[in-house]
Amino acid sequence: MTIGYYPGCTLKSKAKNLEDSALASLKALGVEAVELPRWNCCGAVFSLSDDDLIHHVAPVRDLIRAKDAGHERLITLCSMCYNTLARANLLMQQDEEKRKTLNLFMEEESDYAGEVQVQHYLDFLRTEVGWDRLASRVVKPLTGLRVAGYYGCTLLRPREVAIEAPDTPTMFNDFLRALGAEAVDFDESTACCSSYQILGSESAALEASARVLRGASVSKVEALATSCPVCEYNLGRRQLDVRTRFNEVNEIPTFYFTQLLAVALGLPLSDLGLKLNEKSSEALLRSRNLIAAA
Amino acid sequence: MSTTATEVESLTSQKVPIFIMGKKYVVPDSLTIMKAMEYAGFQFVRGAGCRGGICGACGTVYRKPGDYRIHVGLACQTLVEPEMYLTQIPFYPANRARFVWAEAEPTGETVGQLYPELFRCVACNACTKVCPMDVEVMDYIAALKRGDLAAATEISFNCIQCGLCASRCMGELPQYHIAQLARRLHGGKLAPKTPHLEQMVKQIADGYYQEKLQELMKMDVEQLKKVYQAREMEPHQADEHWEPKSNEGL
Repeated sequence: MTIGYYPGCTLKSKAKNLEDSALASLKALGVEAVELPRWNCCGAVFSLSDDDLIHHVAPVRDLIRAKDAGHERLITLCSMCYNTLARANLLMQQDEEKRKTLNLFMEEESDYAGEVQVQHYLDFLRTEVGWDRLASRVVKPLTGLRVAGYYGCTLLRPREVAIEAPDTPTMFNDFLRALGAEAVDFDESTACCSSYQILGSESAALEASARVLRGASVSKVEALATSCPVCEYNLGRRQLDVRTRFNEVNEIPTFYFTQLLAVALGLPLSDLGLKLNEKSSEALLRSRNLIAAA
Repeated sequence: MSTTATEVESLTSQKVPIFIMGKKYVVPDSLTIMKAMEYAGFQFVRGAGCRGGICGACGTVYRKPGDYRIHVGLACQTLVEPEMYLTQIPFYPANRARFVWAEAEPTGETVGQLYPELFRCVACNACTKVCPMDVEVMDYIAALKRGDLAAATEISFNCIQCGLCASRCMGELPQYHIAQLARRLHGGKLAPKTPHLEQMVKQIADGYYQEKLQELMKMDVEQLKKVYQAREMEPHQADEHWEPKSNEGL
């Protein structure tokens, strides 16, 4: 099957490892993701101001591009993009007045009323592949690896765009079990990583990240799986800063969930993009013989 | 050789009123905006360049009666329309970032560091709508936000640096300077080099044309004219493989 795909800016640069592993995995599963022929930044954050329609223009324009390209459904990977696109879509479906204003503002584009379904990659795997079928395609099970799915905020909040029941999420665990991993629950898997606060309030942000990493440490998590480049930045790339400043935080390699998927599907190293992760990530996979020795 | 006002009038079917910076002038309807302004008595000392639609010096912004939209065009290329209100925007202030060429990495990060305002784009598309060259300005800005210098180069290729995009940007981006940076980084550091250009430069440096040039230098004006007129011209519909049969007079 083919499916419309919105990458998002970060997946073309700093989080190329998220895109590469995700698309290679889909291909291995017989799905061709067709990138939108034209797209712009999703806006990265859904504006909550009531009279700030201009910040909804970017995501709605992307949804219009998806509709114009003939897609009934659009999948996306980055949690931030998912959240922004899904909420903008909801606004276009539900708020007649704002829909009219936005359509009038973008008079050079087709009219849009939320016709395209926005779906996160993880949910796409659940509905279109299914966990049992996914498990049957695994050639390199992550047996014995204690992995925790880290939802962060934007996959589950607000409730209206949550990829599943926000109070009792199971999708990450189901996914990880399908890959043969030992899925670990920990309380902070839905806590905030500090998000963009790292840019303006560094010490408070590192403290929030420390809370997440400490929770994972207590639960003896060996690897964290996320779908958000900002979460990966705060918990992965900045992890050394966190560990330097705070006690009781173990070194926990971080991955995009699609990298673990690609590993389990037996895809080549070149599809994983591990050079963009912290060194500990590749080291962990090697030490468990999940990828070939260097 | 310029055409006199009387000659213009004899060739023109009718005259139409236009408003230049709010003042009414009646001008022949066969003229471009630039010629109409000269007809009306304006003299261009800035804001006119090639007069061929390439240099971008003569950006015009105008409105038409009963139409809320902003219209744009190059004054040297756009014909006057009855009742149009116009003004010239020969230059629009926009800061151009300085950088050291040798040290500049050809990446999106370089562009983002030199022009952090890039990320203020809200995808409103006003830049694209105002571009007199029909460049998809917003699309190259979107490409640069994701570090795609090749796409930005391709999309912005027809930019003539008129600056009208910057005049309309609510994020206050200097789009045309950002695009120029992208093209320079891509063209200078990423795009494949053309071997024939290097060969040509080497040939010139090695003195390949010295003898011919010396011959030309010795000619008087009459001889030069003769050689120039006798030179082989490229036909109008020549394809890209056309080559002159000789270099005589080139």
